[in-house]
Amino acid sequence: MTDLDTLEQDILAAVTAATDEAALEQVRVAALGKKGSVSALLATLGKMTPEERREQGPLINGLKDRVGTALAARRQTLKDLALDERLNTETVDVTLPLPESPAERGRIHPISQVIDELTAIFADMGFAVAEGPDIETDDYNFTRLNFPEGHAARDMHDTFFFPEKPDGSSMLLRTHTSPVQVRTMLSQAPPIRVICPGRTYRCDSDQTHTPMFHQVEGLVIDKGSHLGHLKWILAEFCKAFFEVDDVKMRFRPSFFPFTEPSLEVDIQCRRDKGEIRFGEGEDWLEILGCGMVHPNVLRNCGLDPEEYQGFAWGLGIDRIAMLKYGMPDLRAFFEADMRWLSYYGFRPLDFPTLAGGLSG
Amino acid sequence: MKFTLSWLKKHLDTDEPLDVLVDKLTMIGLEVESVEDRGKALASFTIAHVISAEQHPNADRLRVCMVETGTGAPVQVVCGAPNARTGMKGVFSPPGTFIPGKAMTLSVGTIRGVESHGMLCSGAELQISEDHEGIIELPEDAPVGARYAEWAKLDDPVIEIGLTPNRPDCAGVHGIARDLFAADMGTFKDPAIKPVKGGFPCPVSVKLDFGDTPSLCPAFALRLVRGVRNGPSPDWLQRELMAIGLRPINRLVDITNFITFDRARPLHVFDAAKVRGNLTVRRARDGETLLALDGKTYALDPTMCVIADDEGVESLAGIMGGETTGCSETTTDVLIESALWDDINIALTGRKLGVSSDARYRFERGVDPAFTVPGLELATRMVLDLCGGKPSDIVVAGEVPSPDRMIDFPLDMLSRLAGLNARPTEVKRVLMRLGFHVTGQGKTLKVAVPSWRPDVHGKADLVEELVRILGVDRVPLTPFERGDSGRKAVLTPIQQRTRKAKRALAARGLTEAVTWSFVARKEAELFGGGAPELVLANPIAAELSDMRPSLVPGLAAAAQRNADRGFPDVALFEVGQVFKGDRPEDQLIAAGGVRRALARPFGAGRHWSSNAKSVDAFDAKADALAVLAAAGAPVLALQVVSGGPAWLHPGRSGTIQIGPQNVIGHFGEVHPRTLDALDLEGPLVAFEVILDRIPEHRAKATRAKPPLELSPFQPVTRDFAFIVDRAVNANDVVHAAHRAEHKLIAGVDVFDVYEGTGIDPDKKSIAIAVTLQPREKTLTDEEIEAVAQKIIAEVSKRTGGTLRG
Repeated sequence: MTDLDTLEQDILAAVTAATDEAALEQVRVAALGKKGSVSALLATLGKMTPEERREQGPLINGLKDRVGTALAARRQTLKDLALDERLNTETVDVTLPLPESPAERGRIHPISQVIDELTAIFADMGFAVAEGPDIETDDYNFTRLNFPEGHAARDMHDTFFFPEKPDGSSMLLRTHTSPVQVRTMLSQAPPIRVICPGRTYRCDSDQTHTPMFHQVEGLVIDKGSHLGHLKWILAEFCKAFFEVDDVKMRFRPSFFPFTEPSLEVDIQCRRDKGEIRFGEGEDWLEILGCGMVHPNVLRNCGLDPEEYQGFAWGLGIDRIAMLKYGMPDLRAFFEADMRWLSYYGFRPLDFPTLAGGLSG
Repeated sequence: MKFTLSWLKKHLDTDEPLDVLVDKLTMIGLEVESVEDRGKALASFTIAHVISAEQHPNADRLRVCMVETGTGAPVQVVCGAPNARTGMKGVFSPPGTFIPGKAMTLSVGTIRGVESHGMLCSGAELQISEDHEGIIELPEDAPVGARYAEWAKLDDPVIEIGLTPNRPDCAGVHGIARDLFAADMGTFKDPAIKPVKGGFPCPVSVKLDFGDTPSLCPAFALRLVRGVRNGPSPDWLQRELMAIGLRPINRLVDITNFITFDRARPLHVFDAAKVRGNLTVRRARDGETLLALDGKTYALDPTMCVIADDEGVESLAGIMGGETTGCSETTTDVLIESALWDDINIALTGRKLGVSSDARYRFERGVDPAFTVPGLELATRMVLDLCGGKPSDIVVAGEVPSPDRMIDFPLDMLSRLAGLNARPTEVKRVLMRLGFHVTGQGKTLKVAVPSWRPDVHGKADLVEELVRILGVDRVPLTPFERGDSGRKAVLTPIQQRTRKAKRALAARGLTEAVTWSFVARKEAELFGGGAPELVLANPIAAELSDMRPSLVPGLAAAAQRNADRGFPDVALFEVGQVFKGDRPEDQLIAAGGVRRALARPFGAGRHWSSNAKSVDAFDAKADALAVLAAAGAPVLALQVVSGGPAWLHPGRSGTIQIGPQNVIGHFGEVHPRTLDALDLEGPLVAFEVILDRIPEHRAKATRAKPPLELSPFQPVTRDFAFIVDRAVNANDVVHAAHRAEHKLIAGVDVFDVYEGTGIDPDKKSIAIAVTLQPREKTLTDEEIEAVAQKIIAEVSKRTGGTLRG
C-alpha cells in the first residue's frame, strides 16, 4: 500500500467519523485547507520533474476529487440528519379544534330565505317586487280595497291604529300587503306583474298568531288574464316552492272584499308525526287566498274594469316557511333565540336559485 | 252555521249520500268545517236485553250479566253499573267496538276471573250525555238487536259550515238547500208561505222615533197572538235545536230560534202581558241599561238602537231581547216581532257591548228584507200549530225596502274573467235555480238579483255565482306568458341592498333576527324616537307601544335574552324598517347589529388559539363598513368621524358619513347609561347604517370595466413613526401623508399605535407604512428621500406630529 492510499483511507475514515458540521470542517481543513495534507501533496507537484508529475499528478488530483466528493456527501448526510432531528422536535397537535369560521357560524333568518325563494320563482315568471310602507292610511288599507264601512277588520280589536290627527283621520299599521296593490295600480300603468312581500300587523297574539307577521301578495293586471292563468301560476308556484313534481291543489270559492270571484286554495298533503309531506296523502291544508281583482278596487285605483282585469293572491310567508321547513311554532320566529336561529336558519352562502334548486 | 242532514232534507229532496253533499257544499263556497256523524260512530251499539244479572263471585260491586243481543246465543258480560239488573233493556257493544267516551277499543276481557264478552254502556261512554253513574236504561218496547242510534234518532249527521260574510242567505238551512239545488244535488222544496188572517187589530202600536238622526230601523212588523199555551216544544223541535247546540226553552222561544236557523230570519217574542203600553223603536239614551236574556246588564248609549215600551228599554234591537218581557211557560198572549235593522249599526253595537247572538250574526250580514212579513206569517203559523191562540192583524211601521238590482250580463264575461266556457242554457239554469230572474236573448242577459242576495251587484258577482256552481275545477289551467320584457333585474336598488346586506353580515358570523317593529316607550326615546305620531293607540302590550326608531334596542334586548339563557357570546343583526315619522318617506331600511361579550368576528367565545378578548368598537366598525361595501356604498367616499348619537359611548363611537349632510350610520360601544336604562349587561357593541342613504350608482351603458393598469416598476415601502397628541386621529396622519405626494403614494397603512412608557402621557406614537408606486421610472434614493421629507413636513403641518427619534 502506498502512502497515498494510506492517506486516502485515513481521510475518508475521518469524513465518516465526523458527526457534525464542525468536525467535518476540521477534516476538510486538515485535508484540503491551505496547510492540509492533500494540499501539501498538490504543492509537491510543482517541484517534480515532468515524468514524475505525469505519474503523480493524476494520482494526487484523483485523491483530491474523491476526498471532495466524500466531504460533500457526508455534508449532505449530516444536514439531513440535523434536519430530521429538528423536525422530530417540531410537532403540533392537529386534533386541536378550530374556531368556527364566520361564514359557517352566521345565519340567515328563514323569512329572508323564503322571500329570496319566492323572488326567484316569480322573477322567473316575469314578476317584479313591489313594496309599500307599514304605516298606511285607512283609505289604502281598507276603503280602496272595497272594505265596507263598519267591517270588523276596521275595529280596534283587529287593527293597530295611531292617534287621531286634527282632521279626524288615523294612520294604521297595514293589516295585509294588499295596500301595495293599490299603490302599484295608482303609480304604474298596466300590464302589472308584481309580488309584494312585507310585514303586516294585527292585534292578535296566541299560539298561532303574532301581532306582526309576513305576507306576500301577487298582482297581475292587464286586459286578458283570468282565473285559468291564476290557477296555473299558483300551481307552478307550489311545485317550485315545495320542490316536488306535482302538488294536488283544491280551489274553493270563498270571499274577500277585494276580489270577485274569490277562492281559497288548499294543497294536498300527508301529515305524519308532526311532519308534513306535499304531493302525497289525503289531507287538505289551506295555504292561500286569491281571486279576480274586484271591479270596485280597479275603479278605486283609477282603472276601468271594462278595459282592465286581473287577479291577486296573498299568502303568509311565515306560514309557508313553517310548512316547508317544519318549524312548529310561529312565535319562535320573532324571539331571536340563538338556538332556534342556528338550527332553522340558513348559511349565508346558501343563496336560493332555480338553477341550483331553491334549498340547494 | 250548523244544521242536521234531516233538517236540510226538509228543504231539499235528495238521495245524494252525505259525503257527496259535504264535498259539494265545500266546493260551492259553503266550506264544511266539520261533520258530526253520530250514526256512524255509534253503528255497533245495539239494543240488548239483560236476561239475568247476578252477583260476581269475586267482586262485591260487579255483576255477571247474560245479555241477549239479538244475534246468536246470549253473551256473558261483567258490568259494574249499580243499575244493571235482570230484565232491563240497555245499550250493548260487542268486542271490537270503539268506545268514544273512553277513546279505546273494547276487547274480550277477564274481570276478576270471569270472562266478559262486551259491555253495557253509559251515556258518557257514548258521548251522548254526561251520565256515567249507570248504564243507559231503555223502555221495555225497545227492539232488541236494533241499532241504538237509529232507534233513538241520534244518527242525524250534524254539518257545520264556515259561512263567509257575503252569504247571509245561507245563515238559514233554506238558503243552503237552494245552493245545493243549483248545484244539481236535488230538488228544492220552496212552497209559498200562506198568510195567516188576523182576527182583530193589533192592540199594540209601533212608532219609529229617530228624531232628526238617521233611522236605524227601515221596517218593523208586529202581531199579537192571544190565548197561546206555552210549554216544552215537541220532540222533533227539541231534537233539531239540541243537535245544533241550542238549548230548548219553550215553544214560543224555540219557534223563533228555529226560524232563525231555518230561514235566516231572526224574530223576537214579547210576553204581551209584561209590555207596558205601546212600542217605540229609538236610539238608547245615555244612562239606560238593559237586563238581557243572557242574564247580563248592558249599559246603552245613543249610538245603539232599542225597542222600548212605556217603562223603558225592553230589547236591544236585532241583537238580544230583555229579561223582563221574555216569554215563559205562563205566557198566554205573545207579541211576535219581525223587523229590519241597519246592518252596520248592529255590528258596531254588538262589538261595543261584546255581545254575540244568532240574531246579530244574521242582521249584521244582511237579512232578506222581502221576507220580513212572510217570516212573521211563518212564525204565526208555527205558533198556532204548536200553541194555539188567535192572531191579530199585522202592523208594519216604516217600509220594507225593495232594492231593484238589474244587471246586464254579457255571456262572454264568464270566459273573459274566469276562463270558463259554458253553454248559455247552463248559465241561465244556474242563475235561475239560485233565484235570479233571467230575461233577454242573444249575447247579453238581463239578470234581476233576488232580495236575499245583498252581495250581488255586478257582472263579476254573477261570474262568481257561475264559477262556484259550475265548479272551479272546470276552469282549465292556462299557462301564463311571461311576456317579451327583457330578463332584467326585478329588484329595486334598495331591495338589492337589503338582500346583499343580509348575506354580508351573516358571512361575518352574525345571525339574522327578525324582531318586532314596535318597541317600548323607553327604548324608543333612548334611540331618538318617541314622536307622538309613532305611538300606537292600541298597543298589544305596554312594551310594544312605539314604532322603532332603530333596530338596536330590539337586537340588544334579544342578545340579553340569549345571555340570560346561558348563551352570552351572541352576534345578531337585522335588516329592516325603522320609522322616523308616519309618512311613507319616513320609513327607512336600516341594517343594524350587536355583538355581545366574546362574540368577535373570528371565533366567538374563549378559544385555545387566542386570548379571550371582548368585542370592541372596531368589531362594530368592521361590521358597519362591511355591510356598506356589500350594499354598494362608495367605500372611498365614506368618512369616519369620532362620536355618535347619545346611546353610544362618547369616546368609543364613530359616525360614518359622506360629508356632514349625509350621515349614513354609527358604530361603537353602547353607552353604559343606555345599558343601565335598559337592564342590559355589557360588553355590548352595536352599529346601524341606513341603506336608503347610500347614494345610487349612476346606470352605466356597459358592464365592461376600464382596462387594468399595471406598473412595470417595483413599489417601494418606507416606514415612519410620528409622535402626536393623543387627541389626533390616525386618519388625519394617514390623510396628511397621502396628500404629500398623492400621485406617487399608492397606500398608507397604520401598522402600530403606541401609548405608554417612553412617550409623554399626553402623546401617542403612530407608525405608518407608505407605499410609493412609480409609474414612469424606478425611483432613485434621492427621489425617495425627497418624498419622505415631504411626508414628514405635511404630517407635521397637519397634525403637529414629529418624527419619533
